[in-house]
Amino acid sequence: MSADFFGMTTLAASGVTEADPTGAAALHRTKVLEMTQAAEDAVLAPSGAGAWSADIRAALATRIATLNGETALAERYAARIGDDSAAALADPANDGSAQNMSAAVAFMDKVAARTRDVKAEDIETLKAAGIDDADIVRLAELNAFLAYQIRLVAGLKLMRGAA
Amino acid sequence: MSKVVHKFTRNVPHWQPRVTPVVLAEASQEQLDALQVTPSNTKVSEYVLVLAHDPETLKVRSPLFNAIMYDPGGMSRAERELGAIGASIVNRCVYCAAVHADRHAKLERDTDVTDKIFMSGADADLSPRNKAILNFAIKLSQCPSEASDADMTMLREAGLDDNEILDLILSAALFGWANRLMHVLGDPVRKEAAA
Repeated sequence: MSADFFGMTTLAASGVTEADPTGAAALHRTKVLEMTQAAEDAVLAPSGAGAWSADIRAALATRIATLNGETALAERYAARIGDDSAAALADPANDGSAQNMSAAVAFMDKVAARTRDVKAEDIETLKAAGIDDADIVRLAELNAFLAYQIRLVAGLKLMRGAA
Repeated sequence: MSKVVHKFTRNVPHWQPRVTPVVLAEASQEQLDALQVTPSNTKVSEYVLVLAHDPETLKVRSPLFNAIMYDPGGMSRAERELGAIGASIVNRCVYCAAVHADRHAKLERDTDVTDKIFMSGADADLSPRNKAILNFAIKLSQCPSEASDADMTMLREAGLDDNEILDLILSAALFGWANRLMHVLGDPVRKEAAA
């Protein structure tokens, strides 16, 4: 087990500690939770970032956590944004046009909140905006991982009785 | 010709990518490592070849996926499939719903539960335990989550312990991830025989 198991983003944002019963359940799935942290590292700060810098990724993560009402998680991601121009993307009210990212931002919001309505045309819109296939997959993976982590945090908070 | 499948089914469709998959013969060493391609295992699905565009994520995603769905202990494998199905219904991921309804039916040797879920969704007439599990997975999968203390109480009253509840949260959440790849990056299609 990693030295700072309960300090990993998902458990810390859920407020799960070693002392509560939910902590015991978390320790039962040590490997899964450690791999969850490894996945977070891979989507938030990969070495091959493509078109999406770590600052942009942290801003989009903050945005999606905010859309889901997960304040503690949003604050953790907001703290990782180093670049002021990327920081504006964290606000769900900003459509990304000032950052020249309106197509990517609209896609991220739709995939996060209205997944069932995503159609082939939404991918064509990204391609028309000059986003290549690898960068489309990178956006989808970032969004998809966050969907997982946000629901894991929401569920852990309910287990603790702290939602 | 192929036709996009819009209705839930256990008959697993073909998945047709909306972006161009990585060409295996041109894959980088990092992509090959993430794809776990070995001389004895060179058959790779188009889906995984699409995900190979982001090899760092793919490399950690596959073992995480397997651990959540198959590691021993906690909630049964069939019940983890119910968590996956609940998420896939909310996100209308016909492909994921088909794969995991088919697995559920095979594990349980029963098609009744998944028939009822495809017919009636959250209102399906199931055993109290299955109903509590499906209800929780569906509510947790909304954006934002609609799962409440009452839904958690329903799980505990249906007999789930903390380890089982965590496995349910993990399997439903994991399909929030899988659905946003499968349903977003491709279409479930049925290939029609050439006339």
